[in-house]
Amino acid sequence: MDHIFFFYFAAVIATTSVLVVALRNPVYSALALLIMFFHVAGLYVTLHAEFLAAVQIVVYAGAILVLYLFVVMLLSIKSEERYHNQLPVAGLLGVMLCTEVILLLIQSRTASSAPAIPADPAVGPGNTEMIGEALYSTYLFPFEVASLILLVAMIGAIILAKKDINERVQQ
Amino acid sequence: MEIGLRLAVSLAQIAAVMGVVMLTVMVLTLAERKVLGWMQDRMGPMEVGPYGVLQPIADGLKLFFKEDIIPAGANKFLFTLAPILALVPAMIGFAVIPFGPSMTIELFGMQIKPFVISDINIGILYILAFASIGAYGIILGGWSSNSKYSLLGGLRSAAQVISYELCVGLAIVGVILLSGSLSLVKITEAQAGGFWNWFIIAMPFPQIFAFVVYVISAVAETNRVPFDLPEAESELVAGFFTEYSGMRFAFFFIAEYANMILVSCVAAALFLGGWNAPYPGTILGHIGLDSIAWMENVVWFAAKVYFFLFLFFWLRATLPRLRYDQLMRFGWKVMLPIALGNIVLTAIAAYFFPR
Repeated sequence: MDHIFFFYFAAVIATTSVLVVALRNPVYSALALLIMFFHVAGLYVTLHAEFLAAVQIVVYAGAILVLYLFVVMLLSIKSEERYHNQLPVAGLLGVMLCTEVILLLIQSRTASSAPAIPADPAVGPGNTEMIGEALYSTYLFPFEVASLILLVAMIGAIILAKKDINERVQQ
Repeated sequence: MEIGLRLAVSLAQIAAVMGVVMLTVMVLTLAERKVLGWMQDRMGPMEVGPYGVLQPIADGLKLFFKEDIIPAGANKFLFTLAPILALVPAMIGFAVIPFGPSMTIELFGMQIKPFVISDINIGILYILAFASIGAYGIILGGWSSNSKYSLLGGLRSAAQVISYELCVGLAIVGVILLSGSLSLVKITEAQAGGFWNWFIIAMPFPQIFAFVVYVISAVAETNRVPFDLPEAESELVAGFFTEYSGMRFAFFFIAEYANMILVSCVAAALFLGGWNAPYPGTILGHIGLDSIAWMENVVWFAAKVYFFLFLFFWLRATLPRLRYDQLMRFGWKVMLPIALGNIVLTAIAAYFFPR
């Protein structure tokens, strides 16, 4: 049963990921990305990581992709051909990445190639509590660093957006 | 056999909840026009049936038989998909709402919770996730119509939903901190035993600010007056569904009302004790009728939800529409700081005075 779900989610994720870059209409690409996010969330659910699944949808599908769509909608699709001539570069990078993945897969063909068995959700604290515990004890330092980077990005965005107004005041 | 039976029970529960929600939507379409009518000193719909009570059926039949028009130049696929994308997330959120006490009954040798379809341990996050998906229907509907008004409505909606979703999420955090759970069933149970335990006024830190932020943001997220910029009649004809007709229009319409019911249910469950009565226990339970005490709980839940729905109509009759820049400034510069401050204070209070 688990395997059926895994193969379904994996197949849809792979297909829609290709569609994101293969489709000509950027709105369709965004929709393919939406379907992919949902199936990644589904994969998390099969691993009993419900919290991650919900956060995946809230953050990626609910916020980031909406902003993508926001920008894509303002483009005129018929005149937007700038990004359609990337095949040589993209092909080269794709072949390189594929080679790396295949090499890694060949090297790691050991006994532990079976996926990790998720903990029984019926016992112990829930998924959310466990993530909280791990994030604020074991991984406290990386967490703080990530927060700092995000803060820097936010301040940077504010400065970039405010620049024009200051210049106008000086003139 | 076991799985099939479980599936059948779940489907029956889903059908029951969907039926109740659709029925409530029907009642709301009439109630809104009646309440607005009374507030504006007129009668509201009076023609169809006695006192106009059959008006929703007439409206439904009219929409069902209307011609379905797809405008020239519209993207047919997305134009068809958008109403579905708007309606499905609105309906799917009801799966985790506890409508009544969390008791279990034995049926065919299975444990069944009759008043909640699925008690998952991330209930409130699940609702937030699908509420944010609802924006896609509006954005894509606006874009695919190939119309200036629709596009502007869709863009406004995208910005508005993202901004106010943040406030909804942050307002809820205070309640989660106090209850220590993301499950709506557990959050509701944590408020049992009288109205002084409801999170809106519960010690150690009353969530009254979070409640106000939540209600205002919920009105904004459902695109209702005074935040109905995406469908502002005076500027955008009808906003993102300008080009829609017939059943597709009805889908958007039902989605808006279903969303209203959903945010009302969440507000009732998070801040006003859900199905708990404002006094300890239930009256039916105290006089020895334990087996039907759930009726009292369900009635209390319905009363709280209808109070919020009435609030929506009340706001519509009272307040003028905000300007778009006012809406954005209000969301980011007033609501967000209040919600963040509430989280800090609640966290401190919950640390020093654990419940």
